[in-house]
Amino acid sequence: MGRNGGRMISLSRQLYSFYRQGFRSMVVGRTLWKLVAIKLFIMFAFLKLFFFSNYLEHNFTTDRERSAHVLENLTRMPSAP
Amino acid sequence: MGDQMLTTVDWARAQFALTAMYHWIFVPLTLGLSFLIAFFESIYVKTGDQEWKKLTKFWMTLFGVNFAIGVATGIILEFQFGTNWSNYSWMVGDIFGAPLAVEGIFAFFIEATFFAVMFFGWHRTSKGFHLFSTWMVAVGSSLSAVWILVANGWMQFPVGMNFNPDKARFEMENFWEVALSPVAVQKFTHTTSSAFLLASLFVIGISALFLLQKRHQLMAQRSMVVAAVFGLVASGFVAFNGDESAYHIAQRQPMKLAAMEGLYNGQEKASVVVMGIINTSKKPGDTLPVFHQELKIPGLLSLLANRKVDSYVPGINDLVYGNAERNIVGAQQRMVSGKIAVAELANYKAAREKGDAATAASALALFGQHKQDLGYGYLNNPEQAAPPVAITFYAFHVMVALGTLFPLVFLMVLVCAYRGTLANQRWLNRACVACIFLGYLAQQAGWVVAEVGRQPWAIQGLLPVGVASTKLAAGHVQTTFFMFLTLFTLLLVAEIRIMMQQIKIGPEA
Repeated sequence: MGRNGGRMISLSRQLYSFYRQGFRSMVVGRTLWKLVAIKLFIMFAFLKLFFFSNYLEHNFTTDRERSAHVLENLTRMPSAP
Repeated sequence: MGDQMLTTVDWARAQFALTAMYHWIFVPLTLGLSFLIAFFESIYVKTGDQEWKKLTKFWMTLFGVNFAIGVATGIILEFQFGTNWSNYSWMVGDIFGAPLAVEGIFAFFIEATFFAVMFFGWHRTSKGFHLFSTWMVAVGSSLSAVWILVANGWMQFPVGMNFNPDKARFEMENFWEVALSPVAVQKFTHTTSSAFLLASLFVIGISALFLLQKRHQLMAQRSMVVAAVFGLVASGFVAFNGDESAYHIAQRQPMKLAAMEGLYNGQEKASVVVMGIINTSKKPGDTLPVFHQELKIPGLLSLLANRKVDSYVPGINDLVYGNAERNIVGAQQRMVSGKIAVAELANYKAAREKGDAATAASALALFGQHKQDLGYGYLNNPEQAAPPVAITFYAFHVMVALGTLFPLVFLMVLVCAYRGTLANQRWLNRACVACIFLGYLAQQAGWVVAEVGRQPWAIQGLLPVGVASTKLAAGHVQTTFFMFLTLFTLLLVAEIRIMMQQIKIGPEA
């Protein structure tokens, strides 16, 4: 590991300390991070999971099946906007 | 297509519009405010004046609030692609999947590094590196908007690709043709410069509020001067690339231009309608008047559209029914060609499944001759090729009227600042506060013109929205529509509340 390895560890510690102190000294940021966390939880653990499954991923197993399905829609879809 | 299907498509469209419009409340402020903060901090670094530092940190806090509330609201659009617009999503995946993913990763690294230095690094890094990080956040924010706007530009003017009938996908043939298409470049420049304009209005409006309240007057006046200069320059760009935009629309999406101006019958020396009350009963092909009242400037539309005052600008009727005299192919004729394309695509698919190579080759050859009209093959009648005219017309005119007003406001701010009377001009300060709302209105109106004006197309001329969508129960999409409405409204309320708290505290925070 040698000198370079030591520098890497030191740099990692400095970075860790930089982010840690930054997060600890936040004022408005704490509220904002809570909001971001709630929002991401609602989006990914609720909306995405229960309401927004990827239709083609969910209903077909291979790309061949997916393209066949879309081609079927393109050639059967009777109409319009 | 039955009523149920139409309802599903309508809800899916409404949901996408709702999400995009809410998303666009947060994005332009992030794009524009990041540059203003970089200007403020540059002045601080140059002068060493602590007032500029205090001012920079205040606007940075509001930037942080807006960023945190708005972050990831765009991901919901991607959820919708996979669920509500699966056909579209599959068809364009080859073109946009990778660049959009790269853009997401790029944005993440910019934000995780320079964003952190910008907020946490005031006492932990050198002045120079902190300033560099602030500029990197500004440049990175704008760069992270590139691909999504290139994607939007491609949907309005699909180039550099070929349709692969075996995979049912558009495949990229020329990366640079897609990335540097004039519509994509114009879309990026117009969108980002209008975002700079909005952020300038935001800074001027909040600062004017401080002046009205007789608080933080030095900070407010300094902020207003920098924002007014930036806003004025941005207004110039917006006007310049707005004119370019109109030209490209005239050449590539003439139906949209006709709807923007309520032009039903094409004309030489076509007029720009400065103001007008549109007749909402008017339909393509009928003889009803287009306007109840209008004020026109003759020849200006021809000049804007073709750079020649006496040139012919096609109207909605020309583009729906065709005009042999002017050599304009209408939707009516393109439908015939489009239906051949759809039928031959079906024949190709059937022949391929049967292993009939000769029939497949012949169907593919015929499809190739008509594929440029594929989307028209799904229309039931040519009138469906026209977008909702009244919405497009009013949105366009609101955007242009406000875009004309804003530089005047910036000029007045600069004149009053020069005379040293800015703090006493209560009427101007009130107007500046109102301009925050008007700025957002102009932004939303711009997107309404871009997106409603290109209906019925998901991909111009190739894929109507009805075919792009997934066959889902309307109730499903309706439910998620109201979920998003609730979620986004709560986020917006949270943003306004937290921002108001920070504004109340002021730069001492």
